[in-house]
Amino acid sequence: MPEMKDTVVIVGGGSAGMETAGQLARAGFIVTIIEREEITGGHVNDWYHLFPDRRDSLEVIEYLNRQINNGNITLLTGKTVENINKNNETFFVSTNDGDEISADAVVMATGFDLFRSERKEEYGYGIYDNVITAADLEALFRKGKVARVDGEIPQKVGLVHCVGSRDEKVGNVYCSKLCCVTAVKQAMEIRKHIPDARVFCFYMDMRMGGALYEELYRESQEKYGINYIRGKVSEVSENISNRLVIKVEDTLAGRPLRMELDLLVLMAGMEMSEGGAGIARSSGLKTGENRFFAPFDHHFGSNRSNIPGLFYAGTCTAPMNITETISHARAAAADVIDYLRNGNR
Amino acid sequence: MDKFGFTILKERHIDYDANDKCIADYIASREPGFMLCIECGCCSATCTSGNFTRFSLRELQILIRRGENDLAREDISKCMLCGKCILVCPRGVNTRNVVTLAREAFQKNMNNAV
Repeated sequence: MPEMKDTVVIVGGGSAGMETAGQLARAGFIVTIIEREEITGGHVNDWYHLFPDRRDSLEVIEYLNRQINNGNITLLTGKTVENINKNNETFFVSTNDGDEISADAVVMATGFDLFRSERKEEYGYGIYDNVITAADLEALFRKGKVARVDGEIPQKVGLVHCVGSRDEKVGNVYCSKLCCVTAVKQAMEIRKHIPDARVFCFYMDMRMGGALYEELYRESQEKYGINYIRGKVSEVSENISNRLVIKVEDTLAGRPLRMELDLLVLMAGMEMSEGGAGIARSSGLKTGENRFFAPFDHHFGSNRSNIPGLFYAGTCTAPMNITETISHARAAAADVIDYLRNGNR
Repeated sequence: MDKFGFTILKERHIDYDANDKCIADYIASREPGFMLCIECGCCSATCTSGNFTRFSLRELQILIRRGENDLAREDISKCMLCGKCILVCPRGVNTRNVVTLAREAFQKNMNNAV
């Protein structure tokens, strides 16, 4: 009888890695998760409420923790993967602290990095105190108080869509897909925290492609009076009274518009994680023009890589929301099982 | 630099903070659907008046929302209130009521009288 192949290493302990691990562990496989941070959960830890139903992100963290609460799973935190080698049918995963872990299959779940908004210098992130990112705003929501750096409650708030997305100037031609609906959700939450605030979203297109997104957009207009102005903010400055002054072309009125704001929120997009990109270089994994891992086949093999036995799960292949990430992670588990049990790549 | 500065020409730009949004507020408080417009332009495309004049209901709504009342005032009388725009609006906005309320608002506000 041939030896059972049953060990899997998962690189990354965010939602994709945790879900894949849970699925494989319940199917009887021996799984090791390697996570760079000291805690699992990835970016979900930084979020407050999730679209479209404004569920508390802690519920997702609890769900994911239940997934990996399994005797077949070993969790290694505070470690990064440097290199993955395949020798015959066995993978050798080497980490930054000199460990080498062998496995019959590997799943990359290295996720994404948020676009560093200071790269769009014209928006003044890191220069003006009251220009913040969507992630910074989530932290304020979690604290229970949305305020400017000087403690004042903002009465006029702007949200800039497509920061670091659909922008050749920063090398990202793709749409990050989640920022539009995040802006809609955050605009509504700002109004919940500050009922009198006026909120303006500056967008190029409203991309409301997901389930219940368009409904949320409509609700934001109807119940929360959110103002949508089509046009990408071209520059931000600060005036003598410490307000932000923005310039934007109101493309539907066909004229430039200027406005003072108390707080400006940048909807930073998603980029291939630096960790994932490093492993791609060291281990010969193919990446696409968008720098994310390139799926072996866009339709039938979005979890497969150019190396048989090495699979992808979640946002290391493209921007995804949590629903899509969980589905993609389950599909990765199915592919791993098919590979280890039936020899299909 | 005087001629090629980075400032926006005063006569061209929408000075949002200085503009008076009283007309928009008047309409929105009585016809909440006013806020639902997504600027698709269906209303303007089907508009009988817009076929023969430069009248655009889509543009009119955005001008009012931005507080560009002087420009909106010139246009408001061109609507014949036929209501075809209501039939095509994908967001279900009672567009005719928006026009009626806009006229009402301009009439009540003497500074902005039609």
